[in-house]
Amino acid sequence: MRPLLEVANLAKAFGGLVAVDDVSFSLARGELLALIGPNGAGKSTCFNLISGQLAPDAGSVRLEGRAITGLSPRRIGRLGVGRTFQVAATFASMTVAENVQTAILARERRVFDVFSRAARAHRTEALALLAEVGLAERADAPASTLAYGDAKALELAIALAQRPRLLLMDEPTAGMAPGERGALMALARRLVRERGLGVLFTEHSMDVVFAHADRILVMARGRLIAQGPPAQIRADARVHEVYFGSGRLLASPAG
Amino acid sequence: MLSSFAVQFLNGLAGASALFLVAAGLSLIFGVSRIVNFAHGSLYMIGLYVACTAAQAFGKGPAGFWGAVLVAAFVGAALGAAIEIAVLRRIYRAPELFQLLATFAVVLLLRDAALYLWGPEDILGPKAPGLEGAIEILGRAFPAYDLLLIAIGPAVLAALWLLLARTRFGLLVRAATQDREMVAALGVDQKWLFTGVFALGSALAALGGALQMPREPANLGLDLVAIGEAFVVVVVGGMGSIPGAYLAALLIAEIKALCYGIGTVNVLGTSVAFSKLTLVAEFLVMAAVLVWRPWGLLGRAQAAVRAPGPPEPPLRPIGRGASVALAALVVALAFLPLAARGYPYLTVLAIDILIAVLFAASLHFIMGPGGMPSFGHAAYFGLGAYGAALLVKGLGAPMEAALLLAPLAALAGALVFGWFAVRLSGVYLAMLTLAFAQIVWSAVFQWDEVTGGSNGLVGIWPSARFADRSAYYLLTLAIVVAGLALLRRVALSPFGYAMRAGRDSPLRAEASGIPVARVHWVGFALAGLACGYAGALFAFAKGTISPETISVGRSIDALVMVLLGGVQSLAGPIVGAATYTSLADTIMRATDYWRALLGLAILALVQLFPQGLAGGAARLAARLRERAR
Repeated sequence: MRPLLEVANLAKAFGGLVAVDDVSFSLARGELLALIGPNGAGKSTCFNLISGQLAPDAGSVRLEGRAITGLSPRRIGRLGVGRTFQVAATFASMTVAENVQTAILARERRVFDVFSRAARAHRTEALALLAEVGLAERADAPASTLAYGDAKALELAIALAQRPRLLLMDEPTAGMAPGERGALMALARRLVRERGLGVLFTEHSMDVVFAHADRILVMARGRLIAQGPPAQIRADARVHEVYFGSGRLLASPAG
Repeated sequence: MLSSFAVQFLNGLAGASALFLVAAGLSLIFGVSRIVNFAHGSLYMIGLYVACTAAQAFGKGPAGFWGAVLVAAFVGAALGAAIEIAVLRRIYRAPELFQLLATFAVVLLLRDAALYLWGPEDILGPKAPGLEGAIEILGRAFPAYDLLLIAIGPAVLAALWLLLARTRFGLLVRAATQDREMVAALGVDQKWLFTGVFALGSALAALGGALQMPREPANLGLDLVAIGEAFVVVVVGGMGSIPGAYLAALLIAEIKALCYGIGTVNVLGTSVAFSKLTLVAEFLVMAAVLVWRPWGLLGRAQAAVRAPGPPEPPLRPIGRGASVALAALVVALAFLPLAARGYPYLTVLAIDILIAVLFAASLHFIMGPGGMPSFGHAAYFGLGAYGAALLVKGLGAPMEAALLLAPLAALAGALVFGWFAVRLSGVYLAMLTLAFAQIVWSAVFQWDEVTGGSNGLVGIWPSARFADRSAYYLLTLAIVVAGLALLRRVALSPFGYAMRAGRDSPLRAEASGIPVARVHWVGFALAGLACGYAGALFAFAKGTISPETISVGRSIDALVMVLLGGVQSLAGPIVGAATYTSLADTIMRATDYWRALLGLAILALVQLFPQGLAGGAARLAARLRERAR
């Protein structure tokens, strides 16, 4: 079977700075893949190349064999790639349920329907999605009143409304309390299992990465320097090297 | 032929200098304070008036002429500093739309000040002593004074460059243009930096005006003409970039001069008057540049500067009680002509108010749910009005058909302009829409044969069936209520939600598969269509229309109505338009200086509620709650 996501020889430079240099990896269905590295390693650039926010200088990105390299974020979204952002992006002027309903309406290509009532459309499906991320109680609250952790969960529900095959999560637990982090990643893990999704996420918290990822990619200075299951990464000398002082974090099991 | 082009080229250079002086000041002020100063054109106008008066007082001779120019520049500097200290200093933290409104209030005040001081007649300034004549270039006469102007542009550019590159003041200005917060964090007293920049920019505008003394008479319409052109130059050059402003001024002035130079040409059997295409040329230059480089020739991309207002509450469908009350109100309004028998003016005023309500609601549709502040909404109003008038007068169409079809002209205009506008946001979008409206205004103003030029079109009366005031009132009521109901319906539809999604978070919306630019484009076009109906109704209500229908003032009226009522609710523009129209009607009949009064009212509004009316009300409520505790 073809891998869900295939990244081959991806490269991107900004002026003289090579941000992503010949990066290749693949991601299977049902896999939770973490992308880590020190600040400036090229994680975010790599992420934005896959989701279409940036166009690569070279290399290709394939989704189940289909090239999506250089397509717009919207096209890539339509082809089944959902994403969440580092700073939770929701529609602040709508209720929680309406946020999800809007995403469903977009999926159903009803964006240019000027006559029916949006607030009544696909409400059942939206409520079911909200129940999955634990926000059923807050369905009719204004999205602007959500606590940050809940806003992140809402963003996940919005991304799921697209029925994605691949989920890209940029620092999903940034800005969350430690307890919330575990809950969100457990949710992601359940989604991967139940829906057969693939998840690629970047993350700063090593606890989260080593506790939840199936496999880990390590980037440094634009290059992919190691990849493998957590135990192997923890033992990798090169990884210790790039993390220097923070290498201690990797020395013992998290927690 | 060649010599003709050479002379036109020189003409272009002279025009570029004049444009540059005004635009450079505007760009400089924007770069540092992030305020788009509408009053900049007024300083240009005041500069010209002051120079004319001073030259008269100083008498003939070079000292008198150049002394007057210098005096004008100093008056401009003082006035600019005063405006910054008295008005702008209080509102740097207000949402940018309110800042723009405040500077527009200053435009109104300065216009009436000029009316009071210099009267409504044009004032002709003296020629520059020693430079009255013409110099022969390639066998053609070229005004000697224009040669001097050609030199002044680059000279001012060089002087500004030296000032910015070599002085401490210049260093601070450049630093603040890059990162205002950082400069403040380093302990620089921003207050005086801002005042200084305003004084300098204003002096440049006044200087630009004063130097026009031998070329054009001082008149009260110059402020908006100057600001419109300066906006185009600054947008094309890149906001905040001084060399960009010169480059843009040069490009625009040369292309205009080229159009004049080509004159009337036979193209494929039809004669095309290029000299009449100058405005279209300006538009095409801007359009081309913005498509190629959305931030101008030498500008840099900037994050959307959207002031984070209070979060907007979700839209709720109105309850049963409220719908009954609304229906009752509409029925009551339908009986208004009966009640107003003894006082026929009431029906006239009611028609005005209804038209204003639809006008404001159509602007609110893109400004509120769409997040696109159009500063040129009058363009679509004017297209609807002129469309209706031309259908009736030119093609002999019956009123009913004209009323139905004319808004399509507004729709077409909104489709063309909107395509460019939705690519920008915030102040850039505001400036671009304003420039588009100015282009429509100028086209109507100049196209005498069709639009009647400055005289406009007269005798546009309703058909016999609606000739009676009351009947026309009922027709207006029906169309306006239908328009409002449709706009509301669309706002609550999936399309309306997509539009708000694109405003709330473009990133999220795109990632969810919403084509934000296309959605906003269609929204812009729908608003233009609705606005076109308001314009068409207006034409038949007044019987006479003139370019005033498309003036900047009318665009600003709509903005004030929307902001007055509150951007965040669908009922806002209705309340705002009704309040504003009846208020303006009362003031206008009471005094000649209604602009100044209106300006003061806007300033009071902006100063009292720097967070907007909605924010102000919320704060008031919070304070009351606190007191009750």
